Amino acid sequence: MQPLPLDSYLNRFSTAIRACLGLHPLVALCGILLLAGCGGGGGDNTIQIGEYSSLTGTAATFGTSTHKGATLVMQETNASGGVLGKQIKLLTEDTQSKPEEAATVVTKLITRDGVKAVVGEVASGRTLAAAPICQSNGVPMITPSSTNPKVTQVGDYIFRVCFTDDFQGDVIARFVHNSLNLKRAAILKDVKNEYSVGLAHYFAQSFKQMGGEVVVEQAYSEGDNDFKAQLTAIKAADPEIIIVPGYYNEAALIVKQGRELNIKVPFMGGDGWDSAKLLEIGGASMEGTYYANHYSTSDPRPVVQNFVKKFHEKYNETPDAIAALSYDAVSILMDAIRRAGSTDGPKLRDAIAATKDFDGVSGTITIDNNRNASKSAVVLAIKDGKLTLRETIRP
Amino acid sequence: MSELLQQIINGISLGSIYALIALGYTMVYGVLRFINFAHGDVFMVGAFVGYYAAPRIVPLVGGSLLIAGPITLLLSMLVCSALGVTIEKLAYRPLRPRPKLTILITAIGISLFLEFGGQLVFGPDPKSFPTLLPSAVIINTPNLVLRSTPVIVIATTVGLMLLLRFIVMKTKLGTAMRAVSYNQSAASLMGINIDTVISFTFVLGSSLAAAAGILYGSLYPSINPLMGVFPGLKAFISAVLGGIGNIPGAAIGGFIIGLIETFVTGYLSPTYRDAIAFGILILILLFKPSGILGRAESEKV
Repeated sequence: MQPLPLDSYLNRFSTAIRACLGLHPLVALCGILLLAGCGGGGGDNTIQIGEYSSLTGTAATFGTSTHKGATLVMQETNASGGVLGKQIKLLTEDTQSKPEEAATVVTKLITRDGVKAVVGEVASGRTLAAAPICQSNGVPMITPSSTNPKVTQVGDYIFRVCFTDDFQGDVIARFVHNSLNLKRAAILKDVKNEYSVGLAHYFAQSFKQMGGEVVVEQAYSEGDNDFKAQLTAIKAADPEIIIVPGYYNEAALIVKQGRELNIKVPFMGGDGWDSAKLLEIGGASMEGTYYANHYSTSDPRPVVQNFVKKFHEKYNETPDAIAALSYDAVSILMDAIRRAGSTDGPKLRDAIAATKDFDGVSGTITIDNNRNASKSAVVLAIKDGKLTLRETIRP
Repeated sequence: MSELLQQIINGISLGSIYALIALGYTMVYGVLRFINFAHGDVFMVGAFVGYYAAPRIVPLVGGSLLIAGPITLLLSMLVCSALGVTIEKLAYRPLRPRPKLTILITAIGISLFLEFGGQLVFGPDPKSFPTLLPSAVIINTPNLVLRSTPVIVIATTVGLMLLLRFIVMKTKLGTAMRAVSYNQSAASLMGINIDTVISFTFVLGSSLAAAAGILYGSLYPSINPLMGVFPGLKAFISAVLGGIGNIPGAAIGGFIIGLIETFVTGYLSPTYRDAIAFGILILILLFKPSGILGRAESEKV
């Protein structure tokens, strides 16, 4: 057979790979020697913090918000003299909204860059991919906004500053059952997304306990654009409210297509709905929908108003909950490094675990024994094209 | 009953998008005998042209969607035709004498280039597609709702298909296209300019993809640079189902896949949707490799 020109490229490529692999142990050795020479980073005048975020891909707006919140804390901290006399350096890696990328970039942050702590991700699926790596390397990790309960169960180095889905599911159920006084709910969840599946499960659990009924449960997959088939089936079951525990992009399309099919009952979601894109894509269809969230920009507490003002000055936009949580996560990390007086893994872990009544943007945060944040949630209503604070629900 | 009718409407409007994209795959295959994997991304670019152009065109014509809609559609078709021809000229033409595998891998490369270049140029976040088609209620019973958007989408699709049929069957270039598809070297000996015919094929295919992009954006108003991947794959399955290289076959295949997907999602579970779509592809390849309308080709050795 006549050889393809492609073959020669492949050959060259594999030679290059082999060369790299051959080099690899040497490179690793150099790295180890360098680290040993540093004596635990004593000679360096910066503290490196790793951040992994979905800066591109389907959840890009979440990652961008996380990055903005984290950057704001870093700049504020450095402007006021840093922590322990050192400047903070934030190393950011993009997960492209993929779990496998999350594992790769976090490994790189820890083993190659030698970060002292890691902050990330929004999606629980990606956080769960990265958490075991932080745990086995003894590097504390704080997730700003992964709400799936499994995340912090990975181990004693994994923390979160947001509430969990079991609490959030309960908040949605309580709001639907007690405040809206509705008893027949339909669920439309994203089956490929652990956050969505978890939230749907916890909502259904609490709602049934209260005496409510889930009349139909339908599903979709992240990235879908057509939900008319599911909505038609839901409409046939005649629910009083439709719970969509997914992300803003799909949620906006679902509500829009639901209204096109003349579904008039309210829709409700969780914190995955929180993005300016929700109203942009959904438009007028979003009227009369609700979602549970971490904070409201109309909260009068000074820490919230100060954050909203500073965020607006820097980025010329209103911060969403993801940005607020990322701000809180990095702030708690800074506070813990100060209290620990060191960036040593176990000491830093203990300091984060001891966080109590931290006055954060997203509420007063106490880290409990399971390394979760104990705090209240808010329910926002969309009225006249604007988000309004409808109710605050305590644990 | 009305739920079934509603699902049929949902399925046909989704299927018409697949059909429009599938036509591009099938025409390029018919003429060049290779799968243009970048076709789904031309569809994405088509939607983005609409996203940027529509807000500028609508005020120019005094806010009338009836005028702005067709102008945006035409503009997007023009831009994508240019893109399609450029891709063919720069990437595929120099490789035409090479083995088909080379050109196939190049097509995948172009596809990735458009997807990730798109993330760089348009930004990776989903964009809200402007309203171009009026959304008036035509039928409104408690269980059946028909709006003007899917009706216009289906009508535009059928109109474009009839136009394509006319071009391919009745015009000189269309006849030349069929001749090249039948036997490239013989057509060339008869004085047909192969390069012109191939460029023309890319113009037709890419402009149909652009139209599909605009219609898709109108049906599902959230667009992003990776939006072409799955519709592109589904359209490819549609083309194979109908018989790759066969133009009416691609259209029929598109509608069938759209309906099957909607029914699986509505009555079974969306988890099985893609599995069933690809399962159909495997079954066709096993039992009728030439597709519904395709004719088996005997290769002379």
